[in-house]
Amino acid sequence: MSDHNNKKTVMDKEGIDRCLTRIAYEILEKNKGMENLVLVGIRTGGVFLAQRLQKKMSDIEHGKIPLGILDVTLYRDDITASKKKPHLGETKINFSLDNKIVILVDDVLFTGRTIRAAMDALIDFGRPKMIQLAVLIDRGHRELPIRADFVGKNLPSSLWEAVRVDLIEKSGVDEVVIEEEK
Amino acid sequence: MKFERKDILGIKDLSVDEINLILETAESFLEISTRTIKKVPTLRGKTIINLFYEASTRTRTSFEIAGKRLSADTINISSSTSSVVKGETLIDTARNLEAMNPDVIVIRHSAAGAPHLLARLVKQSIINAGDGAHEHPTQALLDMMTIKEHKGKIDGLKVAIIGDIEHSRVARSNIYGLSKMGANVVVAGPATMLPRDIEQMGVKAYARLEDAIVHADVVMMLRVQLERQKQNIFPSLREYSQHFCLNRHNVTLAKKDVIVMHPGPINRGVEISPDIADDPSCSVILDQVNKGVAVRMALLYLLTGGSE
Repeated sequence: MSDHNNKKTVMDKEGIDRCLTRIAYEILEKNKGMENLVLVGIRTGGVFLAQRLQKKMSDIEHGKIPLGILDVTLYRDDITASKKKPHLGETKINFSLDNKIVILVDDVLFTGRTIRAAMDALIDFGRPKMIQLAVLIDRGHRELPIRADFVGKNLPSSLWEAVRVDLIEKSGVDEVVIEEEK
Repeated sequence: MKFERKDILGIKDLSVDEINLILETAESFLEISTRTIKKVPTLRGKTIINLFYEASTRTRTSFEIAGKRLSADTINISSSTSSVVKGETLIDTARNLEAMNPDVIVIRHSAAGAPHLLARLVKQSIINAGDGAHEHPTQALLDMMTIKEHKGKIDGLKVAIIGDIEHSRVARSNIYGLSKMGANVVVAGPATMLPRDIEQMGVKAYARLEDAIVHADVVMMLRVQLERQKQNIFPSLREYSQHFCLNRHNVTLAKKDVIVMHPGPINRGVEISPDIADDPSCSVILDQVNKGVAVRMALLYLLTGGSE
């Protein structure tokens, strides 16, 4: 972990919740309801955010949207270049993606490489009608031509800073922090 | 935990943490084989050579499928169609294969220690797919994965391994692995098929199948290696099956929810009766085969990587 003196909280529990509420409405507005919508969260942060979006959207529209879990490790472009193998989590998409509108959910959008890997993985599961991207934080510095459809907060950052989304489900606290990388 | 090994030569030298990491990784790989498109791009551009000096259906196919589902290029060499018939030594074959820059060499050989020799000789990762009567680590790993799935754990289970323990690399690897993971392993077989020092491996040995399988959670039947029959280690197949065949009658001695395993190929009616082998309520034999692909995918994934 980095030095705590350089840690800055840029979003708190309420801020995160308001962002997700807005994104839930935006998704429903853009797609005119939740017909054909499915959510896919990218492990691990994206999964918790997708679950929260699922609940919010279900409350608004009184229905249930299918939710899938995606681990993109096997699709990463740096996987055989490094000796250190990341822990491989389970991918669980128990429904067909054919002709669905897939809302791909992640916590932080950075270089875009994770999203590229996720899209390749999704295509292996079927032929979605459309893939839309929802992220809590867009911190810039894209290395690929990828952009998000739904953004919680644009957070201009330097490359030597780390943006971390802590969620209750994993870290016991809801906050977005920006800190200098060691 | 970081997986640091270059080779997988045996269960004996794997730690509990390493076994757990392999099994957990394998669980994540199970899902890929259920997809319509059963392939991920992870090992694109990697080359895997399956070098088989002994007959095999399951293991060789399983390794080949595992490699292909990870997008690696897999090449199979069997001794009968290779330069081995022209008298090339294992060392020369290995050096020549090394010169073609594969990433992993999977080897099965009738001589114990052949994979270890290769591992010292070449820079590629070596996976032991069975060496003589020594070890068959991937079989033990897939067996442990199958047990874990059906029983939720390995620790504290009673596992009975029945048959030709002496000549069985499957038994040896499983005894090492299951004991490490906390299972209570017992064995039974004709006296000529039990190694003299078997109890030094920490297992209890019985002369009768019935005594070994009492209250067992898992019964693992070994293949009677018919090719070794000429060595007269038991009088006749009929006599063997009278004493050591798992059937509808004696299986009731084990726990009610017992699972029955067999590494294949099965000699029906010799070590296991067909009605038990085919009974979906206790037999997990085909499930073992299914887990085999995932375990081998996990090993290929963990072993291949860059230099950093």
